Amino acid sequence: MGDHEVEALLRVADSCLVLAQRLTGWCGHAPALEEDIALANVALDVLGQARGLLTRAGELEAAGRDEDALAYLRDAPDFRNLLLVEQPNGDFAHTMLRQFLFDAWAVELWPELASSTDPVIAGIAGKAAKEAAYHLRHSAGWVERLGDGTDESHRRMLASLEDLWPYAGEAFLDDDVDRAAAEAGLAPLPSSLLAGWRARVEAVLTESTLPVPPDPWWQRGGRQGRHTEQLTRLLAEMQVVHRAYPGARW
Amino acid sequence: MCTQGLDQPRTLAAEDVSARAEHFEARVAAEDKIEPPDWMPDAYRALLIRQIAQHAHSEIVGMLPEGNWLSRAPSLRRKGILLAKVQDEAGHGLYLYSAAETLGVTRDELVDQLLAGTAKYSSIFNYPTLTWADVGAVGWLVDGAAIMNQVPLCRCSYGPYARAMVRICREESFHQRQGFELLTVLAQGTPAQHAMAQDALDRWWWPAVMMFGPPDSESTHNDRSLRWKVKRFTNDELRQKFVDLTVPQAQFLALTVPDPDLAYDGEHWRFGKPDWSEFKRVVKGDGPCNRERLVARRTAHEDGAWVREAAVAHAAKRVLV
Repeated sequence: MGDHEVEALLRVADSCLVLAQRLTGWCGHAPALEEDIALANVALDVLGQARGLLTRAGELEAAGRDEDALAYLRDAPDFRNLLLVEQPNGDFAHTMLRQFLFDAWAVELWPELASSTDPVIAGIAGKAAKEAAYHLRHSAGWVERLGDGTDESHRRMLASLEDLWPYAGEAFLDDDVDRAAAEAGLAPLPSSLLAGWRARVEAVLTESTLPVPPDPWWQRGGRQGRHTEQLTRLLAEMQVVHRAYPGARW
Repeated sequence: MCTQGLDQPRTLAAEDVSARAEHFEARVAAEDKIEPPDWMPDAYRALLIRQIAQHAHSEIVGMLPEGNWLSRAPSLRRKGILLAKVQDEAGHGLYLYSAAETLGVTRDELVDQLLAGTAKYSSIFNYPTLTWADVGAVGWLVDGAAIMNQVPLCRCSYGPYARAMVRICREESFHQRQGFELLTVLAQGTPAQHAMAQDALDRWWWPAVMMFGPPDSESTHNDRSLRWKVKRFTNDELRQKFVDLTVPQAQFLALTVPDPDLAYDGEHWRFGKPDWSEFKRVVKGDGPCNRERLVARRTAHEDGAWVREAAVAHAAKRVLV
């Protein structure tokens, strides 16, 4: 298994991990008790997806790194997550729009990964596809409620769209790593997921009385290890206990 | 809101009230479950609303001290376990508010009381979680003490509360074991991890012992609660059971219980006198985190207001369509 394949796996795994880390921030602080439960549920699912893929990436890499070594002992430039998921929670509108843009990608990605030539990845993806379908129902429901709710919620959704839209397209930009993974039958080409994503996102935004912004310059680099300023702070918090006790078991 | 049971005439003739009260007492004595539409004395209803609401608030406020470590859990497995646990607590809050609603109050009213500072919640959550070991100590000791209190509530005379408690107790018991397992790993880990576990026990032991409430000699609600089979054991009985069960577990962990008076008398672990002045101080609002916990709940509620309003507005638009 080549480095490109491991790298391709980390791109998905890290995106799930960083999103889970962000979502845990709502636990105990959500607008309603039902959302504390729902967001914790989504976080648990994406954390589970991250754990499965990180473990598999470690096995394929064959350098003795398990899920925790990969999660806790890499620095920001070694993370391969989408820039979108490292963006701060902001208000509930930002969190839900970020989630919706991610979920609309995930529902395209996982069914493709379910036919990966790697049976472990295919297994993880089969389960994740069902989870993502539920997550999308939840996040799209909130985008609609907030977009077409009150004047204030509409205004907040517009602000979140302005902030997050430039990060939405990175998931569909191909590079050599993606092409190698696609050739090996391990993962779909990112660009192949764009049409489905776009159709879904446009439909939900329209239903939500929100504009579909024109394609901007898509901010990019997360999948190659060049992140926004947000990631190092997120990792510093996530990794602090693990790194303070080198070699300890937990 | 469930209004069953609320439409009972408030102006029943004195002899009718007395006949109904007699029938109610007989049913409770016969271990019959009282259900929402049944007649019940006003004081029984008030007692249950107070207790169930306090319990629900404790679950919700209890999410905060453990939630404090979600972002820093030192392994992904532990992060998942902790997240699932805190999520369970939100679920417990939800069932309990629902159980309270069957008595004729709304969740909104109860939440308003919590945010206004007029309702109580378990005082233990006014202590801070200072290290990762505290997550284990809260599971082992706080959930352990909660189970002692709550298992008898599965037989509580009020049906909806008793049934909610069955599921809650199953989950709490799982949490208690997870906390103990977390501490086992620390206690058997590096010297620094062992010290972290001991420090957590040092700080959480006495607050956990005091979770059962004031001594029986000073408890104001014991008698009526016991007669109506809301409670089954007194505060002191439950406290002793907790200490008897927990001390051997501490020994297994090779951790020292911070009580120089602790001694086995052949039947029970006899323990020293808790610092009840500390207990009273924390209940009255001067614990280390009382203010912070309420501020966190108020902030979540206020920051979420526009979201809840939008959801209602959206639902109304959909009905019109």
